[in-house]
Amino acid sequence: MKDLNIQELERRFQEKIDNDIKIEPRDWMPEEYRQTLIRQISQHAHSEIVGMLPEGNWITRAPNLRRKAVLLAKVQDEAGHGLYLYSAVETLGADREQTIDDLHTGKAKYSSIFNYPTTSWADMGAIGWLVDGAAIMNQVPLCRCSYGPYARAMVRVCKEESFHQRQGFEIISLLAQGTPEQKEMAQDALNRFWWPALMMFGPNDAESPNTLQSMKWKIKRLTNDELRQQFVDVTVPQAHMIGLTIPDKDLKFNEETGHYDFGVIDWAEFWEVVKGNGPCNKERVDARRKAKEDGQWVRDAAMAYAEKRKIQKAS
Amino acid sequence: MSNKEWPLWEVFIRSKQGLNHKHVGSLRAADSKMAVENARDVYTRRSEGISIWVVESNNVFASDPSEADSLFEPADSKAYRHPLFYDVPDGISHM
Ligand SMILES: [Fe+2]
Ligand SMILES: [Fe+2]
Repeated sequence: MKDLNIQELERRFQEKIDNDIKIEPRDWMPEEYRQTLIRQISQHAHSEIVGMLPEGNWITRAPNLRRKAVLLAKVQDEAGHGLYLYSAVETLGADREQTIDDLHTGKAKYSSIFNYPTTSWADMGAIGWLVDGAAIMNQVPLCRCSYGPYARAMVRVCKEESFHQRQGFEIISLLAQGTPEQKEMAQDALNRFWWPALMMFGPNDAESPNTLQSMKWKIKRLTNDELRQQFVDVTVPQAHMIGLTIPDKDLKFNEETGHYDFGVIDWAEFWEVVKGNGPCNKERVDARRKAKEDGQWVRDAAMAYAEKRKIQKAS
Repeated sequence: MSNKEWPLWEVFIRSKQGLNHKHVGSLRAADSKMAVENARDVYTRRSEGISIWVVESNNVFASDPSEADSLFEPADSKAYRHPLFYDVPDGISHM
């Protein structure tokens, strides 16, 4: 095997991918495949962790004990998702702490949706329904990703996500059927989260140069625009069902294609938020950095204690 | 201050009595006790397990995937280890 040249190794690698044979951590893989996965999985992990902040904001203010218990469980799940993914990224030889520091210095990105504020309780509904809904659209095809540890993490994540979406839909539909003020809260949350949710799928296919290679490697199975269309097609009827209006005057069912046509996304806003200029970018990264710094002494103390015990046991 | 990173642990879960422990992933923890507690929170939030094993990752020794062919070929070439290799005459039962 050592004497195989790189072209032959690459050919065999692609042959495995084409035959739907999973790639496992210690298998040979092209360096760009490894780097693409490290980037994608660590950014996915960061999104799960940063995603806890806008919802964590409402745990102490949930309207009743049931809602509080549910939101707490949901946010705890997101922490778990982050940990499954950091675990997957470590199998690629990446340093977990380094990827986290890359988030804190702004080098690594996370989903732009979490840079929007959560200003009312209805936002907990909109996030579960739309943001977790869009995440499910993205993550279901990732269960078939060519890299074993990522695919297996996604299977666990997807099993847990469906409760996230349902609890959000429950919140927003209840508000939508409530008093006029409550209905207005629900509509307002939809108005603010609809477009950012569509942006979660990333730039249009024409502006997404890496998609082709990712599809060839079967990291990605569907393009950004395909996933976005799926999301619009399933979500619009749900909004109608609960009497809410999608904030898009160009939205129309197209009898010919069988899909909803929808308006143009404000990509200038998307790129501003990605670049760090969204309403909450600074607040989110500061909160993560502070959590790591403030927790340093706890991690050090735990490590020192473990080492001391090891010495005591040995002597 | 040790300022060292917590070691990596591989986590194995027995999902129910009568089944093997199965590898589910890894996590960071200062010691084995914390690794078991963290594994409970990370990997068994929905009753996925009744027993947990944790092994420090640097204690796992693995076969080399590039040597898989020579390592496992001897088994592939021994069809006589399987019952279907043998013809059983008609009329013989319970075999
Ligand atoms: Fe998640
Ligand atoms: Fe979620």
